Amino acid sequence: MKNKPFPKNAEVVIIGAGISGCSIAYNLAKQGQKNIIVLEREYITSGATGRCGAGVRQQWATKANCILAKKSVEFFENAQEILDYDGDIEFKQEGYLVIASNQTEAAQFEKNVKLQNSLGIPSRVLTKEEALEIVPHLNVDVVHSATFCKTDGHLNPFTMTDAYYKAAKRLGVEFYTYTTVTGIERDETKVTAVHTDKGTVKTAVVVNAAGGWAKEVGSMVDVEIPVYSENHEILVTEPVEKMQGPMVISFSQNIYCQQTPHGAFIMGRGDKNMPKGHDVSSSWKFLDEMSKTVTRLLPPIGELRVIRQWGGLYNMSPDHQPIIGGTKQLKGFYMACGFSGHGFMLAPMTGLLLSELILGKEPTLPMEDMALERFDGKEIRELETSVV
Amino acid sequence: MDAKNVIICRCSDVTLEDLFELFEQGYTTFEELKRIKRVGMGPCQANTCGKMVQWEIAKYFNKPLEEVPFHNMRPFTMGVKLKAIKEAAEDEE
Repeated sequence: MKNKPFPKNAEVVIIGAGISGCSIAYNLAKQGQKNIIVLEREYITSGATGRCGAGVRQQWATKANCILAKKSVEFFENAQEILDYDGDIEFKQEGYLVIASNQTEAAQFEKNVKLQNSLGIPSRVLTKEEALEIVPHLNVDVVHSATFCKTDGHLNPFTMTDAYYKAAKRLGVEFYTYTTVTGIERDETKVTAVHTDKGTVKTAVVVNAAGGWAKEVGSMVDVEIPVYSENHEILVTEPVEKMQGPMVISFSQNIYCQQTPHGAFIMGRGDKNMPKGHDVSSSWKFLDEMSKTVTRLLPPIGELRVIRQWGGLYNMSPDHQPIIGGTKQLKGFYMACGFSGHGFMLAPMTGLLLSELILGKEPTLPMEDMALERFDGKEIRELETSVV
Repeated sequence: MDAKNVIICRCSDVTLEDLFELFEQGYTTFEELKRIKRVGMGPCQANTCGKMVQWEIAKYFNKPLEEVPFHNMRPFTMGVKLKAIKEAAEDEE
């Protein structure tokens, strides 16, 4: 249905049209970069972006994640206008309630809140009684205390990405969907071309925004990226009248659960025994565990009907923080991957920082903490522990 | 009949006119339409609208029906209460 001729040359080739790829394309084009193409194996948001939990949070345990998240939220607050979007990105800032189940977790969260506050994130520690005022159907018997950040919230992954996509298209970016990258050509020092099932395009700049397939794209040019993918499952209920403002999340109880503005509840959890790989199938085991977990923490949710379940890939990095940048190993090869389940909510900064780097500008933030080279034979300095 | 009065997806209230607008904008597959307009995402899980959307895509782009992919089927086929799943899981333990 889309018979655009495939180009022979491009100045920038972005692999992957999830939110990261679309944000990178938009930010490059906005700063004047011409002749950008985006290659996507299926359709916009067909990978991890379109499968994510639609949450946006700033309550992290590492400085890099906190800053990336805070600056991204500042963008989301104005994204509808900045991107001049004709749809609705459904950004709802009713907070994230992070549940501490025990004293150990509460102590860690107090440290996290101190870090977050020092960076200007308005999170605070709550008693379980205070938490109950925010989410009246919370089962306080399984809650020790909580933290809350009122500017965290929900964002529609499809329409947010669509907003970037349309804005990028207006700036001249060309998207090639249903187009599979089959190889990348390089010489000794730099990238030279990208091969696809629709043809070959010569280029000096390739951006790996392939989400769950980022490692495989790296291996096409012999750049070893220390990431792996694993399936994280989610379910959604029928839409109901509004009954829950914030996202409720617990790392120790292994759950996140929020009501979207549309009315449906979305909830997910991880499985530490999940094998590494690209499987995104749905399991009965997830349903069993999810239904037990949610009815314990938020009992009235048990009355809601599940209408759909699915899986999506977390692309895990060794320290659970993203890899954003180029590499000394190969000129012209850039990557935005290893988001460890949080690429959607960080995308505005991913796009801004990587575009500045590609255009040879001074990046808005120092990028050493995001560089691939931080893993070179070194101990992990700072591990992000706030991951479901 | 006027396309704006033809309801294609009853769960998410999507009309034929909505589909035409999305076709014009370049969204040409069920999976793309679903993600922008929630067509097929409601309680019936496209059991009502799936075929109709497939037909409309075929007609609009003048393609044989067999060349228009049917929507991706995911569990569930009907809504089930979370509490019921929990109780069934506990019964088995």
